[in-house]
Amino acid sequence: MPADRNVKIVTRNFGIPNSNRIDVALQRGAYARVQTAFHMAPAAIVEEVKKSNLRGRGGAGFPTGIKWGFVPKGAQTVYLVCNADESEPGTCKDRELMYWDPHLLIEGMIISSYALGCRHAYIYIRGEMMREAAVLQEALREAYQRGYLGREVQTLSGPFRLDITLHRGAGAYICGEETSLLNSLEGKRGWPRMKPPFPAVRGLFGQPTIVNNVETLMNIPAIIEKGGQWFAELGMGRSGGTRILCMSGHLVRPGVYELPMGITLREVIYDVCGGVPGGKRVKAVIPGGTSMPPLDGDELDVPMEFDALMNDPRIKPVEVRPGEVFELAPGKPLRTMAGSGGVVVMDEDTDIVAVCARIMRFYAHESCGQCTPCREGTGWLARVCTRLAEGKGRPGDTDLCASIAHGIAGNTICPLGDAAAWPMLGFITKYRAEFLARERGAPHRAGPVANTAGLPNAPLLLSPGGA
Amino acid sequence: MPLSFSPEAQRKIAETRRQYPNAQAACLPVLHIAQDEFGYLSDEALELVAQTLNLPTAHVFGVATFYTMYHRKPVGRHVLMMCTNVSCMLRGAYDTLRCLEERLGIRAGQTTPDGEFTLVEEECLAACADAPAMVCGQRYFLHLTPDRVDEALQECRSLPPTHGRRRS
Repeated sequence: MPADRNVKIVTRNFGIPNSNRIDVALQRGAYARVQTAFHMAPAAIVEEVKKSNLRGRGGAGFPTGIKWGFVPKGAQTVYLVCNADESEPGTCKDRELMYWDPHLLIEGMIISSYALGCRHAYIYIRGEMMREAAVLQEALREAYQRGYLGREVQTLSGPFRLDITLHRGAGAYICGEETSLLNSLEGKRGWPRMKPPFPAVRGLFGQPTIVNNVETLMNIPAIIEKGGQWFAELGMGRSGGTRILCMSGHLVRPGVYELPMGITLREVIYDVCGGVPGGKRVKAVIPGGTSMPPLDGDELDVPMEFDALMNDPRIKPVEVRPGEVFELAPGKPLRTMAGSGGVVVMDEDTDIVAVCARIMRFYAHESCGQCTPCREGTGWLARVCTRLAEGKGRPGDTDLCASIAHGIAGNTICPLGDAAAWPMLGFITKYRAEFLARERGAPHRAGPVANTAGLPNAPLLLSPGGA
Repeated sequence: MPLSFSPEAQRKIAETRRQYPNAQAACLPVLHIAQDEFGYLSDEALELVAQTLNLPTAHVFGVATFYTMYHRKPVGRHVLMMCTNVSCMLRGAYDTLRCLEERLGIRAGQTTPDGEFTLVEEECLAACADAPAMVCGQRYFLHLTPDRVDEALQECRSLPPTHGRRRS
């Protein structure tokens, strides 16, 4: 059954003038679902979310209802934290969502807080997003003024009152990782915590805490309005609802699109985004933010759904070295993942080694420094990859990169180490010949400057904020 | 004269404190307030934050140096954050960055001698579909190709300072 590309759940206010002001939002149905929710038992809401097959939209794709179910019964203080620290390269949906429809986010947080028994929720917004922070702060002010926040209301399970605080980050990719985010929210450096205990059991200020992504929370009102089953049927397999894809790179019409869960990459690139400029071939696609291994031009017929991207046999598994598959668990090869929905398309002229070097520099810059394999390893990857890209490679550098990446993967507290290692191994698996050619100092064949964009002549570490 | 917070900043700090169950959690927001107040975070500013929240100076120091947006040295009135991550790179962000460096006469990471601009090579700004992207305070410059750099810099000059008012 071809899914309807016109179903819009979270982006329906995109492009509407003043959609982020409460009067316009109310006219368009904002906060209507709060009353429906207040007439339901909290446990019934959690059940409905479980039934919906809503999966976390921040990157991991964990089922939201199941996560909510981990909060211990009878917990006195529970926190809900909205993860608005969007910074996975290639991902640009949450920023747009918060700008166009902050009241849908607040509505989703009110319903979720009621379901979870949370009385004080936080929105952790990325520090660089000053404009969106101002928009959200104003939306919160309006919601307080109209009594949706900060006022006690009667519900099926007794009196309920919610406060929401907007908390700005200060520049650290790692804070998108939920335990790092909690440490940052507690006023510390953003160092990830060991799990278990998971935040749902022991999170913010030592209390049970649910951390959900912006897009995830914005789907909750529709689930309450139309039911979990409706939401599940919209999706594909074990993934309910629609899916936002952030389409960037070499495309005729890049953009942020809310699409059916099962749409294939080929359909998105050619039907939705108008194909590649100049009719060029697709050489590589990063399917879910730079942490994910790339797909090559022959792997475009896979649905952009969580399980398909992990398991579809048409995607070549990532290798540690030629012929040796990298396994996440015995018998479970790493192919790629849906991640955060950040899709980066590269045309046939793209210098893959330069792109890979830029990605490695990013992870080296953002490693928090807590675990040695990641702190040292990402720096090595950035240096070796950069010298390859600059045509100063040495014999064996390709295998050196793969060996370093393999040494990082799975050996760190948080997934940032994997986030560097997986694409490194993935790029080598699929474009090995290009890496080997650069060991011999072969230049990337000439293409338009914008496509090959030379690496900066700046030192390895990106300029720190304090200049 | 030792640094002190203005009455307006003190009001904001008190309001911030009420949002959290302990003083430490107010550390990031109060550092933002201090940076808006003093333009950057000098040792004295960090000590003042520590005193205000009754936290060890070492803790505040550790936090301030962990996050890239806290400036430990004076920065320009306008901080230009130019993204060069993959999506922007593929659409020519390094050409734009070089053009910015040329026009401003500084390298990324430096401040112009007149104190007007600090140029930062920034990581992904979540504007990938409109690459290359640059942010100055609340203003996004999208599709910023070299031919549009002069126009963008002109507009930046008229924007309010990136980090609040400058007292020092």
